Amino acid sequence: MSSERTLTVARAGREAVMWEMENDTSVFMLGEDVFAFGGVFGTADGLGEMFGPDRILDTPISETGFIGLATGAAMAGMRPIVELAFVDFIGVCYNAIVNLAAKHYYLSNGQVKVPMVLMLGSGGGYSNGAQHSQSLLASLAHMPGSVVVTPSNAYDAKGLMHSAIRSDDFVIYSGQKKVAGVGMLGTPIKTSMSVVPDEPYTIPFGVANIVQEGTDLTMVGVSWTVHQCIEAAERLQSEHNISVEIIDPRTVVPLDRDAIFDSVKKTGKLLVADEDYQSFGFTGEVIASVVERDPSVLSCAPVRVANPDLNIPYSRPMELRVLPTADRIVEESKKMLGL
Amino acid sequence: MKPNAAQRKAMYSDIVRSREFDDRVLELYFADKMPVFDLAKGVIPGEIHSSHGQEPCAAGTMPHLTLEDTITSNHRPHHHAICRGLDLNKLAAELMGKKTGYCAGKGGHMHIYSVEHKFSCSGIIAEGMGPAAGVALANKMREQDGIAVSYMGEAAANQGAFHEVMNMAGVYTLPYICIIEDNNWGVSVSKKASTAIERNSERAASYGVYGEYVEDNDCDLIFEAMSRCVDRARSGQGASILEIQTYRLKGHMHGDQMAYVPEEEVAAMKDCVVEYRNKLISEGVLTEKEAEEIVSQQKSEVDVAIQFGLDSPYPDPEDAFQNTYAGVSK
Ligand SMILES: Cc1ncc(C[n+]2csc(CCOP(=O)(O)OP(=O)(O)O)c2C)c(N)n1
Ligand SMILES: [Mg+2]
Repeated sequence: MSSERTLTVARAGREAVMWEMENDTSVFMLGEDVFAFGGVFGTADGLGEMFGPDRILDTPISETGFIGLATGAAMAGMRPIVELAFVDFIGVCYNAIVNLAAKHYYLSNGQVKVPMVLMLGSGGGYSNGAQHSQSLLASLAHMPGSVVVTPSNAYDAKGLMHSAIRSDDFVIYSGQKKVAGVGMLGTPIKTSMSVVPDEPYTIPFGVANIVQEGTDLTMVGVSWTVHQCIEAAERLQSEHNISVEIIDPRTVVPLDRDAIFDSVKKTGKLLVADEDYQSFGFTGEVIASVVERDPSVLSCAPVRVANPDLNIPYSRPMELRVLPTADRIVEESKKMLGL
Repeated sequence: MKPNAAQRKAMYSDIVRSREFDDRVLELYFADKMPVFDLAKGVIPGEIHSSHGQEPCAAGTMPHLTLEDTITSNHRPHHHAICRGLDLNKLAAELMGKKTGYCAGKGGHMHIYSVEHKFSCSGIIAEGMGPAAGVALANKMREQDGIAVSYMGEAAANQGAFHEVMNMAGVYTLPYICIIEDNNWGVSVSKKASTAIERNSERAASYGVYGEYVEDNDCDLIFEAMSRCVDRARSGQGASILEIQTYRLKGHMHGDQMAYVPEEEVAAMKDCVVEYRNKLISEGVLTEKEAEEIVSQQKSEVDVAIQFGLDSPYPDPEDAFQNTYAGVSK
């Protein structure tokens, strides 16, 4: 009998991990605070008790070591899931990510696979300071050899986790902390919760989700900014009768450039929202993928709503100024629409 | 060198000051984050790692340092900042993200900078070590006085930076001291579960530096051990690792229920403020009355600081755009 429940993103992703661990003994998890604590953001809640310390491994604070170690275990045929609570910490282990995990398959001419998942928590908005609030999406997506998935809701979180664990590629599973729906960050974002089937299912990489259809303006968001787009679109609809189409690429590598192009062809207007530093980032990449193909589909200049290339300040009013909030999206949309 | 009576009173006063500050912060922290706990909310938002229980590690070491010396702290910086003599008002204001804070709200709890005190801190584990050793190197190159000290937890000794920096501190004979506050936990992972060696001070042997372990969280013992490390640094004998056995009384951060800490361990945790007070009184260094006076004096200064923070204005949102570059204009 199948049943459906409304879950948070963290719960849904964890459910996929649990199922895969039960059904495939080569899957194991390692990272800081996963065993007794269940992961700082609840990603491994209860797994320690379920699978024991031999399959849910607490690591020392030795990121370059344990990501290298996971890479080796994957090369040897295991399917490690690495948990890194804050993406900010990739600073101390970027080599293992960019020069090992992401390169072995290519450099070996396809002989050596790294079937490993790296879970990361990203994002700010809760005054945790400049070293615990970054998105760093571009720093992950820029290098060849890693798949980058960015679930915005519970349904996608589960399906993408199944796909990630089963994939023979190195997959970075980038979770957004506020989207995860964990206790210490208040009430979960309503639109991040979804009805999730009991049984396992996969979501293919590189297939966008059209969150809502519309005719006047295309918005592309990623993880948390999908929800900012949804909120902005509601306001534009109710206050100005504007019909917004919202695209959630779900995976930024590979990126569903066709879905984005097709939408812009219909609406003529493109706004991209992302929490990362704006320059050299996701927003520019999305715009380029439309403009390269046919700039004439755009009826006005495309717009980026991202972090204005600033380190993230701690103090609430300054941090809010830096974040790509629904307010900023509404404001920029109105300019585009001449409102 | 053993501390004299005046130094001991001063250390007591320092641990009380730090504790009173942390107590008020704790109170404020939870006052406005309910009913649904949300880190983003309240007058003090974000994560707070309090120093409850670890105050002697700062109070016992700082008396040996002058304003020529440099300090880098970590994600748990309150006791370091307070015992270094940073201004309580500006500290409180920074925790509240106010314009009058040490970094005008840009930094927050894990990023307190005071140039005047040669004090900074950073939240990435063990990454305070490199900058401290770098200051030591600069001082040495310019034949200037001034040593450098970094403070961190025992779990940070498992980070690559620890090994790399200690190795260089050894090979360059740097006037640098790495202080390790061993509270037995890195978030939810015990020391035993994360390293196979008993004491991080033993690692000193692998870098050719001096290592010392203080087995009790006691200002006097810490003071003495630090005096040996500082003497070495000041006299050109190079770097040290000083590990101190201490206690984390309030969990990793506020909100941590510590469910993973064995009950016996929680029960055995000693409150260093109470212990030191009793010790000083029993040894006749302090009277009950003097101890009370110290507490009420520190309490009132903390109250003033908290009020200063509360009364201070928030920065302008546009202030976020200032100070990305020192010279380049974008
Ligand atoms: C490179 C890095 N990895 C992980 C973290 C997350 N983190 C913050 S504090 C902490 C535990 C630190 O333990 P310890 O060094 O013993 O200091 P304590 O908190 O006990 O004072 C961890 C894992 C971090 N800030 N930086
Ligand atoms: Mg510790």
